[in-house]
Amino acid sequence: MSEIHEHGTPEIALRVEALESLLQEKGLLDPAAVDAVIRYFEQDIGPLKGARLVARAWLDPAFKARLLEDPAGAGGVVGVTVLEHLVVVENTPETHNVVVCSLCSCYPWSVLGLPPSWYKSPAYRARVVREPRAVLAEIGLSLPEDMRVRVWDSSSEVRYMVLPMRPAGTEHLGEDALAALVTRDSMIGVAVPRLA
Amino acid sequence: MNGEHDIGGRHGFGRIEHTPDDPTFHERWEARVFAIALSSGGSRGGVNLDAARHRGERLDPVAYFRNGYYGRWLAALELGLQENGFLAPGELDAWLMGGAGPADKATSARAPAARRGGPMPNLSFTREVDHAPAFALGQAVLTRNHQPAGHTRLPAYARSRRGVIRRIHPAMVFPDTNAHGLGENPQYVYSVEFDGAELWGDAAEQGTCLMLDLFESYLEPGPPEELP
Repeated sequence: MSEIHEHGTPEIALRVEALESLLQEKGLLDPAAVDAVIRYFEQDIGPLKGARLVARAWLDPAFKARLLEDPAGAGGVVGVTVLEHLVVVENTPETHNVVVCSLCSCYPWSVLGLPPSWYKSPAYRARVVREPRAVLAEIGLSLPEDMRVRVWDSSSEVRYMVLPMRPAGTEHLGEDALAALVTRDSMIGVAVPRLA
Repeated sequence: MNGEHDIGGRHGFGRIEHTPDDPTFHERWEARVFAIALSSGGSRGGVNLDAARHRGERLDPVAYFRNGYYGRWLAALELGLQENGFLAPGELDAWLMGGAGPADKATSARAPAARRGGPMPNLSFTREVDHAPAFALGQAVLTRNHQPAGHTRLPAYARSRRGVIRRIHPAMVFPDTNAHGLGENPQYVYSVEFDGAELWGDAAEQGTCLMLDLFESYLEPGPPEELP
């Protein structure tokens, strides 16, 4: 389905511009509020928030237990505000977790930012629920055959974040260096953190 | 609703165009439409996320895919503004064609200038209820063959399927009624585990399972003796 323009036709930009002008003229919209929302989602939140939670969980077993039990409370400990009903699911040597929302594109905005295009694409939403191993391999993550794959289709108000396994050889690294290894993809479950 | 949005398990969508570093917005219009929707919403008294999702689902099949994710946000925003009386049908097209003034200048008097609070919408849909969950951890359940014409959060691929309750979430606003202005009707939400083969039959990959968050009224007690 690559012929579909996932980022819109040229005329859609004009339509949005017109809508904004019209709403302003009606007194329905404050352009400064629009700018503030964009700034918040582009600059203030993003995957670094989730990476901070993961890195601390790798270093501190008590924090990890709290993160799995009470993500909002754990977030408060490291200054990460969790606004959704978040559930953190832990990867283990036996089970790998991957997250999708097949009906729309639910995602934990407050800890991972807005989702990437591919997460919202019809291809990912349609396929990962049915053939997660094939999808993960296509994206670059081949899992051992004996590892169980658990797909979380977050089709309601519950949002999911994967707690990846800590890569071997990172025993000497501190929290900042560990957080730098944690990618957005690894917290969705389509990748695993690797030592660069 | 049996709409184009319910695409879990469908074939024919091709490869996933995966990019490890994806910008928050690819085009400025995407940022604008997203932020306009969060700033105005076209509704008063808070965000009804269920109604907003259902507006996106009601697009015709071609329109659903035409301009991607943020195209759906735009279409849903326009529909919401119309349904809430802030935009007349055809008004935006007229404005685009000739710059005609707003059809209804009086809207400004009853307009919320901007949403109150922070840039994030309130995403708390958890509610207190005064009864216990109907299902228990580890219990076998069967999903209903639930296919209303309106909004629902039970995907088509998981109708009439056997699963096991793995987690009990707090009661939450019920999308099937809330999307249609029929009340919040909060009910418990369960993470239900389905074996890959239960959902996909012979085509299932080995050693896969799927977790779905399902509202209580989507579920019936299942026949445990039939479970693997």
